[in-house]
Amino acid sequence: MSIVIFTAVNLLPGDFATQILGQGATDEAVASIRKDLGLDQPAVARYFGWLAGTLQGDLGISFAQMNFQSNLGGTQLTTVADQIAPRFANTMFLAGVTATIAVPFAISLGILTALFRNTAFDRAMNIGTLSSISSPEFFLAYILILFLAVLNPVFPSLSNIFSDMSFSDRLNKTMLPALTLTLVVTAHMMRMTRAAIINLMASPYIEMARLKGLSPMRVIVKHALPNALAPIINVIALNLAYLITGVVVVEVVFVYPGIGQLFVDSVKIRDLPVVQACCLIFAAAYILLNLLADVLSIISNPRLRHPK
Amino acid sequence: MSGWLWLILAIIAIAAGGYLFRMIGQKVTGNKPYFRDMSYGVAFGYVLAAALLAGSIWLYLQEGAVFFRWAVQGLIIAAIIAYLFRLLGRTVGTAGSRKLFRSMPLTASFGIFVIVVYAFLAIFAGAIAPYGQDEILAAANVAPGGDPAFGGNPEYPMGTDQIGRDILSRLIYGAQNTVGIAFITTCLAFFVGGSLGFLAATLGGWLDQVLSRAVDVLMAIPALIFALLLMTIATVWANAWGIDRTIFMVLIIALIDSTRVYRLARAVGQNIVVMDYIEAAKLRGEGLSYLIFKEMLPNATAPLLAEFGLRFCFVFLTIASLSFLGVGIQPPLADWGTMVKDLGQFINYAQFAPLVASAPLLPAGAIALLTVGVNFVVDWMLHKSSGLKE
Repeated sequence: MSIVIFTAVNLLPGDFATQILGQGATDEAVASIRKDLGLDQPAVARYFGWLAGTLQGDLGISFAQMNFQSNLGGTQLTTVADQIAPRFANTMFLAGVTATIAVPFAISLGILTALFRNTAFDRAMNIGTLSSISSPEFFLAYILILFLAVLNPVFPSLSNIFSDMSFSDRLNKTMLPALTLTLVVTAHMMRMTRAAIINLMASPYIEMARLKGLSPMRVIVKHALPNALAPIINVIALNLAYLITGVVVVEVVFVYPGIGQLFVDSVKIRDLPVVQACCLIFAAAYILLNLLADVLSIISNPRLRHPK
Repeated sequence: MSGWLWLILAIIAIAAGGYLFRMIGQKVTGNKPYFRDMSYGVAFGYVLAAALLAGSIWLYLQEGAVFFRWAVQGLIIAAIIAYLFRLLGRTVGTAGSRKLFRSMPLTASFGIFVIVVYAFLAIFAGAIAPYGQDEILAAANVAPGGDPAFGGNPEYPMGTDQIGRDILSRLIYGAQNTVGIAFITTCLAFFVGGSLGFLAATLGGWLDQVLSRAVDVLMAIPALIFALLLMTIATVWANAWGIDRTIFMVLIIALIDSTRVYRLARAVGQNIVVMDYIEAAKLRGEGLSYLIFKEMLPNATAPLLAEFGLRFCFVFLTIASLSFLGVGIQPPLADWGTMVKDLGQFINYAQFAPLVASAPLLPAGAIALLTVGVNFVVDWMLHKSSGLKE
């Protein structure tokens, strides 16, 4: 995977050196910058150098920042890690807020729709979630801005976050992007929860519980839910992984200083080390959450824990 | 803070209302079984629904709630259109199509109607649109609505953008560009992913291993991130070779989405390959292409068709997102994602000029409407083919 990212990034023709110096660059100047950045070495050597550095937590130095600093005459170089770390924390904060709202909300809605299935409530929820699944993120974002920021100023529409903000201030500014992402992920989680529970409702032990005279709510929460947990946990982890791609668009709409925005900006100026690092972080988070989904679904199911 | 207080008070009132509703129902009907066995949750739901209905009617009558009124009217119009369209489908057409429409829910008939309208717009965009998609007209920044009192102009019913292009024409051409490109991309992804998936399923062995591992690697990177990364590279190539950037975008998204199609085609194919009739065909001495096209494809139509609808939505949304981020379909081609980005700032005028603020919502809504429509149809198809009655 790291090879794919590296090859893709290095396919970029017209490297950074010619780009920052412009059209009238002399050959010597280009060569000296390339030497500074290590671009004169063969690609394979650069790949292993980058990989070794990454494993040690050294993601390299941002080309753009290096250029900027040396023009100012400073010697203090901004590493990619320095640039990414605060933004990574911001993105994690956004994802965390979203998850705390979305997961309980989705699961309780899923249980309720399974309990009152085929009623008007269930149908309305079905249409609503299907619509919110299939709308583009920016449409949901603009609708929320329209109703919660412009018409009724409840939350600010720009999420400019600083490191020295108080927690409540930060939460207030994060609310709109988090709500947008919640709308995007809740629908899928809720539908899976509903489907998993309804799937189990036909099993004999649920019939038994119902014949004992338990209330429908108790049947679902005490008897059906523990067995439906594996698919639900799976879909939650997958949706958290989906959040990672979703943040790019949402961060751009709300000007939220997270990794997604940094990624889009670096892509535009072709800042190789930053693009590589961002891609790697996105892909790693994606893979880790998928792995987590598998592990959790094994843990939650005793039949998988003790293979015959 | 008083807003939260009101909310809590309202919930308490509804909770009490649910209790009262059940009690009164029991008293009035003389303990009929329906009210006697009603759980508290159901009673709460009835009162909540009544409260929501009353609240919506109150909001609908408010002077300032323009957008809410539009949404309600849109919803009612959509329901009426869906009903009429289903009625039309039930009376006109062959016996088969009439039967299909008879068992159709309203959502699905609405979805089919939306798809038909979009297809019509996309095919005849050149004839319908009043102006060209990149035609710069004399009047810039005309407000939508066509009312001169509010800065509109009857010649441009939906107004013009910052540099004077007619928004209505661009919306119509957007159907051609965005939907057309998404459709071509999906077809390409299906052709590549589907044929490779079936090949891997029938041949197996090292081909299957190589293809599947390659797909695993490609799928490890989130789709939008990968597309963004590849688009940056393609932009440079496109500039260097003088090829349109849009072609690269079609190829890139087709490549990324074909991995998903491959997974499905391979899984479906593997289930079919072990069937007896495939064995029989092999023993008859049929060739590979006969096996794939005459034996496997007809049996894999239902899941592949549903996947086509879903995949089209994903491709369409990816293209729209890329355009929104500024690396997708390029001007002068009109495109909904780019239009949302260009017109986005107008949303801030919603307080005093709701018509102006609707400008960015129209292209975004157009995207949402199509994907919602396709999803409704796919949902219905899956429901029908799985034979689920519940």
